[in-house]
Amino acid sequence: MLLIRCPYCNDELPELEYSYAGEAHVDRPPDPASLDDEAWRDFLFVRRNPRGLHLERWRHAFGCGRFFNAVRDTATDEVIHTYHAGEPRPDLEKFDRGAS
Amino acid sequence: MKYRVANKGRLGAEVGFSFDGRSLTGRRGDTLASALLANGVHLVGRSFKYHRPRGILSAGSEEPNALVSIKRPGGRSDPNTRATVQELFEGLVADSQHRWPSLAVDLNALTSIASPFVAAGFYYKTFMWPRSFWTRFYEPVIRAAAGLGEAPTDPDPDTYAHLYEHCDVLVIGGGIAGIAAAMSAGASGAKTILVDEQAEIGGTLLSDPSVEIDGASCWQWLEKAHDELGEMDNVLVLSRTTAIGYYHQNMVVMAQRLTDHRDGPPPKALPRERLWHVRAKQVVLAQGAIERPLVFSGNDRPGVMLADASRTYLNRYGVLVGARPLVVTNNDTAWNAAFDLAEAGADIAAIVDERFEVHPDLKGRARTLNINVLTGHHVAKTEGRLRIVAAIVHSDQGAAKQRIVCDAVLMSGGWTPSVHLFSHTRGSLNWNPDEQSFLPGDTIERCRPVGAGNGTTTFQGAATEGATAGAAAAEDAGFKSTERAIKVRSTSELDQPLTVLAHSAVPEGAKAFIDFQNDVTTRDIKQAVREGFTSIEHVKRYTTTGMATDQGKTSNINGLKVAAASIGKPAPDIGLTTFRPPYTPTTFGALAGHHKGATFDIERRTPIDAWAEAEGAVYEPVGQWRRARYFPQGQEDMHQAVARECMAVRNSLGMFDASTLGKIEIVGPDAAEFMNRMYTNPWTKLTPGRCRYGLMLSEDGFIYDDGVIGRLGPDRFHVTTTTGGAPRVLNMMEDYLQTEWSDLSVWLTSVTEQWAVIALAGPRSRDLIKPMIDDVDLSDEAFPHMSIATGHILSIPMRLFRVSFSGERGYEINVPARYGLGLWKHLFAEGQRYDITPYGTETMHVLRAEKGFIIVGQDTDGTVTPDDAGLNWAIGKKKPDFVGKRSLTRPDMSKPDRKHLVGLLTTDSNEVLPEGAQIVADPDQQIPMDMIGHVTSSYWSAPSGRSIAMALVAGGRNRFGETVYIPLEGKTVPATVTATTFFDPDNKRINA
Amino acid sequence: MRFSLSQVVWQGLKGNVGWRPQWPAAEPKRAYEVVIVGAGGHGLATAYYLAKEHGITDVAVVERGWLGGGNTGRNTTIIRSNYLYDESARLYDHAVKLWEGLSQELNYNVMFSQRGVMMLAHNVHDTQSFQRHIYANKLNGVDNVWLTPEEAKDYCPPLNIDPSARYPVLGAALQRRGGTARHDAVAWGYARGAAQRGVDIIQNCPVISIARGADGRIKGVETGRGFIGAKKVAVVVAGATTTVMETAGVTLPLQSHPLQALVSEPVKPVFPCVVMSNAVHAYISQSDKGELVIGSGTDQYVSYVSRGGLHIIEHTIAAINELFPIFSRMRMLRSWGGTVDVTPDRSPIIGLTPVPGLYVNCGWGTGGFKATPGSGHVFAHTIARGEPHDINAPYTIDRFKAGRLIDEAAAAAVAH
Repeated sequence: MLLIRCPYCNDELPELEYSYAGEAHVDRPPDPASLDDEAWRDFLFVRRNPRGLHLERWRHAFGCGRFFNAVRDTATDEVIHTYHAGEPRPDLEKFDRGAS
Repeated sequence: MKYRVANKGRLGAEVGFSFDGRSLTGRRGDTLASALLANGVHLVGRSFKYHRPRGILSAGSEEPNALVSIKRPGGRSDPNTRATVQELFEGLVADSQHRWPSLAVDLNALTSIASPFVAAGFYYKTFMWPRSFWTRFYEPVIRAAAGLGEAPTDPDPDTYAHLYEHCDVLVIGGGIAGIAAAMSAGASGAKTILVDEQAEIGGTLLSDPSVEIDGASCWQWLEKAHDELGEMDNVLVLSRTTAIGYYHQNMVVMAQRLTDHRDGPPPKALPRERLWHVRAKQVVLAQGAIERPLVFSGNDRPGVMLADASRTYLNRYGVLVGARPLVVTNNDTAWNAAFDLAEAGADIAAIVDERFEVHPDLKGRARTLNINVLTGHHVAKTEGRLRIVAAIVHSDQGAAKQRIVCDAVLMSGGWTPSVHLFSHTRGSLNWNPDEQSFLPGDTIERCRPVGAGNGTTTFQGAATEGATAGAAAAEDAGFKSTERAIKVRSTSELDQPLTVLAHSAVPEGAKAFIDFQNDVTTRDIKQAVREGFTSIEHVKRYTTTGMATDQGKTSNINGLKVAAASIGKPAPDIGLTTFRPPYTPTTFGALAGHHKGATFDIERRTPIDAWAEAEGAVYEPVGQWRRARYFPQGQEDMHQAVARECMAVRNSLGMFDASTLGKIEIVGPDAAEFMNRMYTNPWTKLTPGRCRYGLMLSEDGFIYDDGVIGRLGPDRFHVTTTTGGAPRVLNMMEDYLQTEWSDLSVWLTSVTEQWAVIALAGPRSRDLIKPMIDDVDLSDEAFPHMSIATGHILSIPMRLFRVSFSGERGYEINVPARYGLGLWKHLFAEGQRYDITPYGTETMHVLRAEKGFIIVGQDTDGTVTPDDAGLNWAIGKKKPDFVGKRSLTRPDMSKPDRKHLVGLLTTDSNEVLPEGAQIVADPDQQIPMDMIGHVTSSYWSAPSGRSIAMALVAGGRNRFGETVYIPLEGKTVPATVTATTFFDPDNKRINA
Repeated sequence: MRFSLSQVVWQGLKGNVGWRPQWPAAEPKRAYEVVIVGAGGHGLATAYYLAKEHGITDVAVVERGWLGGGNTGRNTTIIRSNYLYDESARLYDHAVKLWEGLSQELNYNVMFSQRGVMMLAHNVHDTQSFQRHIYANKLNGVDNVWLTPEEAKDYCPPLNIDPSARYPVLGAALQRRGGTARHDAVAWGYARGAAQRGVDIIQNCPVISIARGADGRIKGVETGRGFIGAKKVAVVVAGATTTVMETAGVTLPLQSHPLQALVSEPVKPVFPCVVMSNAVHAYISQSDKGELVIGSGTDQYVSYVSRGGLHIIEHTIAAINELFPIFSRMRMLRSWGGTVDVTPDRSPIIGLTPVPGLYVNCGWGTGGFKATPGSGHVFAHTIARGEPHDINAPYTIDRFKAGRLIDEAAAAAVAH
């Protein structure tokens, strides 16, 4: 069970309090009608799914209820950093430890 | 207890027990294994495959052989319990298992004769013909032969608990290293937990009272240590507690056994086991090491035992495991067993050491004790059926062989550090060629391996390493460290490097066992390699070595070495199989914890539920709720009850508990804009006081949820959702609001449980409530269909909806939940003059189907678009965007053969189609048939006097009037495709 | 060497020293007509059918670790074909038909045991959904019957059918032709069969990247043991599809999740069939060895670690105890995790990719084992002909663009 710091509550809490909400920084297009089918498919379904550092969304569902973002290494499951929704994409090089 | 040694052991009063029906006595403090050995019982079990007689190999949780069934009354029987960990209690009843007719005479052992033909993987090569015989004949025979004990036959009466704990330093293993770590960490003030799987802490010290610590005998020191730890408020010592798994981010899960060692039935207040989930800032792993067997032919006979286990049985349990034991080893530690047993009166047959060079002190001591020493020798084979009687010992130089009579063989093939939990962390392991074992390497978790589990084999080394690690762990957890100095003096140290096993000495065809329980021999492993299984995982899976209930604790390294030697590669090159949780087998009960019976998954009930139960309602589970499905009167079945309930609504008045409907209050200056984006419908122009049917899609364009939504003010909506959909709808709304449209000023609040909802339906509904409401004008002009108002009913604050899911005049009265039951009772009493009839979900379903209203999840299924469901009217055509809109223009979403929701009228009006039945256009085609749709809802409609159905049919709206066919068991039912409204198509009843 | 009882006896009499490798350890050649990446069940089956059905034997199967070491060796071995949609029923029933003769065809006993797969209905919605399956299956020629609670208990005596249970058993859908197979043997049997027909099986050979020529066509694969040329490359690497395919510049709609399973200590026969309950997330059967084999759910997050949280297993075990209260005192012996690739509609992708000469078979989610023979069979056809077999034609990458999903779970709330 992962241990995740909610950046709003500023408390490190077990995964049971949270629900995962997929890759972060996938913005809903402001004008979906202007997208062709392929671009819309990509928005709906295609995710990076990387092995290594992953920017992802969690919701503190059984706590404050807020959505926030996290940096997690999918090769170790270690939650490395969490930050508020809406904050810019963090510089991943800061977290990369080489081998993963 | 003729093998009991006076003045030895840590034992208490005498207790009686039985084994295979034989009454025996043992002592408090015994394990079942030590008590059996005290009575001279070595034959305890039979092996899995060949049913070979087996004794007790070890004195701990690594035991592969001595598995028994513990029989307790009242559904408390357990199969496959290791006799070496089962503490003796008064009246314990144990039976051997996996034998017929008896343990001594097991006819299944005849498989041993066929052993050349049932070697590794034989079943992959046979039993293929005739084809039908596998399931019918071969497999049942194999299954009957497999398995060990019998599964319990009764539900488990015991309870289990889950505990969640946090600490600064968790120390796993209560040997000298662990105790030292806990003392050091505890002294710093860090919250410390020390756990050990045994009945008391002490580890190896319990087996070796000759060790002196800080000037006292180690047993005295242990008492002091126990007291010292007990006096520290910040230290918790848990015995009988096994750390079973090391999970993400320093969460260690531990199973604590509370009742299995007690006399009689367990106290009611006490759970049988507690599963601790400990989140530790720092972990010290002090799990120790497990002795390895030597591999020689007949190394599995009863009486053959790990050398250190014999020492444990002597020193801790006061049992001499044999009168004339033969000690066989490749390292120093077994010599101590020989010395201890000799001093206790055993006639040591010899010490056979595979090494040519042995420390002169050991030899000197042996000479003093008059023990015959054979260095450079090994055991070639053994004799004996139900108990070992002799060993044939070969010299490694020349061909000298001798037969040594003995009644036990005490063997040591070296020590395997317990790296299981470390391995759970996905930590790396490093091969140590000197000791022929894997040692912990790197891990991302915050843990420190110490002591024998880290390859540190002296007591002093382990004590110092433990103390250092405990202090360092406390410091890393934020405490000022104070390392506890511990001074050990011991005559028996494990400080000599071990030699490599000489497997070349194992002859082909011999019964030299690697995995005792699964009957895997060196021959099997060599054969697997010969057949191309050259990864250790392949060898394991092909031979099943290491896959028994001991999970390879005594066999992994031996198996690896034999495989490596056969392949001709160094052991680390062919890998070690991954260690998997749990460390020792863990009961399902402990894993489930409180999640049992009524607390398995808490059921939600409405405020009115108790009334329905008293009225004899039949319930159905819907989502997490239980809902009244119908209210049978007398001997009514569901269909009779539903027909009566339906007619009551259509003719006069029905009442329905709609409290389970999801309710979300949406408030804020941008509430209407938010609604515009979330729902397909337009909301801007909906005036306060009015309601609208809302349809919600997921972003991929399929129907996600629906419900009636009332606008209470310019900035306030009362949203209802489906019963099961409320949490996911709110989650989806929050997701968009927080992360996509955070500029909108809107607040979302779940109010599902705040409001009890009583739906009144039928022509007399207004008549019933009118006298109770003063502040809302209920006239059709002032409060028409699809209205909402706030007011009071019987002075209770309410939100009143004028809505209808039945087509009849209808009101949904929302009152604060605490008034729900009282209001319901009042309405029921007052409604008697209108023959008010409570109805359940089934009648609700029929009534809505008569009107063609859909139920999301029944008439739609996650693949249905608004157009498919005939709900295009609910789409705000002028809105630039809403969730799911873009997906509706994808090529597949507008194909003409999409399935449309339509009505079906069977030609025979009495025929009620089964829901889920498939529809075809041509009933005469061959299977596989071309199916054009299925029946989603189907009922007997009492008001219509016939059956009605809804269906999803390909191109259905272009088929109105066509006949389609529904093939059923033994008949095919024709039906006509129609619109979905079956009753009151002009909606006249809404104001009736 | 043909396997048979007489062979076993003959070799046994000779001390079992005459057995030969079931597949030779092959060194990679410079180039092959087809390189299959991934020696799991699906990849090996593909190689076998390429050789047997299409005469294409210039094939290498390259594997980063040991063959059958991925999800093939980690799953709970449930086999069934009672799927709702025509596309799914055809694919999985094609597989079941191949399973039915597989031991004989491969001359390797894969222990396909048609002990029946029973899916429990716990509420009215389940009942409606299962009835829909049963009717659809019947018209598709797939066996699946409805059982009352009493009939379900007859079929599986440990089942608790107390109507007051939190999740009462209202009935069950039973596919008698469903069952289990010995997962490792499937990989080994196909490996042996393929090797006998000339396929090279190359283990400990990780693929680093997929190489494409200037024209965009496939050139081969760069591996830990050097470059291997190929006219066609087929990727069948559940749990690593994203990372392998992105080296060829192909992005796929996949998410990788941990999936866990566990076994109990072995006991004498007590559980005669396979039982699945989607409402409480529990899948259980008893192996020939006597262990209860229990499938758990996926963890919620993306991960490649092949280990999940214990809370997932705790939930599964609690559900098992509710359905089968006699198992509460049984003990979990071993638990493990794998990594599954999940598509948006939880149905696989089997077929061509935008890169000429590159084929992919992925996205089986939690239910790929049952399809192994059928998947390999139609994938081999696709590779050999350069176009999909009728059966896998619907399983394109393009369906996600068009919205033509094959979403069994959405249709029925039924996990695979």
